[in-house]
Amino acid sequence: MGDDILLRARGLTKRFGDFTAVDGIDVEVRRGEAFGFLGPNGAGKSSTMRMVGCVSPVTEGELSILGMNPASDGPAIRARLGVCPQRDILDDDLSVEENLWVYGRFFGLSRHEVRTRADDLLEFAQLTERRRDRVEPLSGGMKRRLTIARSLINDPEVLLLDEPTTGLDPQARHVLWDRLFRLKREGVTLIVTTHYMDEAEQLCDRLVVMDHGRIVAEGSPRALITEHATREVLELRFDLDEQDRHVDAVAGVGERLEVLPDRLLVYADDGDAALATVHARGVQPLSSLVRRSTLEDVFLHLTGRSLVD
Amino acid sequence: MTTATPDRVSGPTPSGRLGFGARRPTSTLERVGAVTAHHVLVYRRTWRGSIITRFLSPLFFLLSMGLGLGALVDDSAGGVDGVPYLQYVVPGILAMQAMMTAFGESTYAVMGYIKWNQMYAAMLATPLRVVEVLGGHLALVAFHLFTGSLIFVLVAAPFGAFASWWVLLAVPVAVLTGLAFAVPMFAFAARLENDNGFSILFRFVVTPLMLFSGTFFPVDQLPLWMQPIAWATPLWHGVELSRDAATGTAPGPLGAVHLAVLLGYVAVGWVLARREFTRRLVS
Repeated sequence: MGDDILLRARGLTKRFGDFTAVDGIDVEVRRGEAFGFLGPNGAGKSSTMRMVGCVSPVTEGELSILGMNPASDGPAIRARLGVCPQRDILDDDLSVEENLWVYGRFFGLSRHEVRTRADDLLEFAQLTERRRDRVEPLSGGMKRRLTIARSLINDPEVLLLDEPTTGLDPQARHVLWDRLFRLKREGVTLIVTTHYMDEAEQLCDRLVVMDHGRIVAEGSPRALITEHATREVLELRFDLDEQDRHVDAVAGVGERLEVLPDRLLVYADDGDAALATVHARGVQPLSSLVRRSTLEDVFLHLTGRSLVD
Repeated sequence: MTTATPDRVSGPTPSGRLGFGARRPTSTLERVGAVTAHHVLVYRRTWRGSIITRFLSPLFFLLSMGLGLGALVDDSAGGVDGVPYLQYVVPGILAMQAMMTAFGESTYAVMGYIKWNQMYAAMLATPLRVVEVLGGHLALVAFHLFTGSLIFVLVAAPFGAFASWWVLLAVPVAVLTGLAFAVPMFAFAARLENDNGFSILFRFVVTPLMLFSGTFFPVDQLPLWMQPIAWATPLWHGVELSRDAATGTAPGPLGAVHLAVLLGYVAVGWVLARREFTRRLVS
């Protein structure tokens, strides 16, 4: 097995009773890349992450992480992983720095190592000024950064991030993406789950799109968009109850039409030209918007459903 | 554990990373210690309140049961089995106190770590294993039992509650009695979906045990049908051992039975707790 394949899954399956959460997926993650699992809630992303994090036994199939088997080498693998869970699991009763110290001790780091690492990580997470404060009153963005700092206490080779920016405001998200990008530059392999398109495009070199426990597409964000969508999208909104009347007239414009409950999406390489055609057919939408295709469009095309909400 | 160090920069990087590399292997004991250290750090935030409770609660019992009720019992019955009531009841209360501490530390605390702040999950994302997370937390409970019992003995001794220096053995006996409850309780708490079960437990298990386990009067005063219940639960065995130690009586063969029952509860509890923790946290 090549040293640069950090994670290899073959037919990886997770069942809970009769329910199949992960249904035989094949994945390979290389050292140093940022790899994403993209999909709606319930797609099996978190179950996959828990298996990769060696806290959930594999039901079926093969899984190897850092060349080791999670079933037999769980502690050895986890020693080299950083795990940033979906929910910030912090000790509210402890101070910011104490949260880092106690966690580092779980990895067998000495008191001295833990303190040195904590100082650096507080700087990295921009929390140095809050180090002696209790965790409880910190903002959501700060708690998230502290959780990430804590997951780095053992200098992990792989950082698992489950929905890293869910629930954060836009500014906090950008701060976080910047931090994650720095880590990647330092050679840390990132494995990210998200249901945010922009996050996947920002962070991931390569990703798989998951739906109902299966992988429905795989590639770089750009390649997926090229393959499964057009260069541009024309969004048309109509007045209440008006949309249905116009579907037939708009059909045939561009390469493809998606009908959503609240708007029509026309996939075309030239959005403005498509809009001109729509107008020429006598259709007057309430508003129109030409934008570049995103992973959201890829997902919509692959599954027929929108990703978020 | 050996790890290949990949080609990458060494020395501090902008995030302060020191570089990948082999991590110092750690022993199970070290890992259990790290878990306990975490609990102790959390406990430091609230220790003052709990220490005061640990001083006051034996004092209340001494004054009311030992001295108040004791005077009546000694006047009318000449003590219990020839032992002044104070010296009879205090070792029993010591064991009972251990049971109460065990319940206090193994119910909401365990559920909280599973469900509310999910710290167990955070711990299990590290090299720690279920047994170490469990052992580390139980070590804290043992620490509470030890300090609580020691304080109890120190507070009660000046009142003449103990006839013998052997009472010092009553401290480890109380720790064992507490653990005989705490370890199975960890399993129980890990099984519960919500905390309603705890109030039922307190009402229908803890209170009857308190009253009918030979703490305040000998079990043979109970109706015959109730006596086997006392024999089956850990508290009576703890109370008997504690009383033997405090009065300096050699426990005899029955003492071995008491010890075996208490150890049995700990052992069975451990198997169950390990199973429930695994089911709940590593699934």
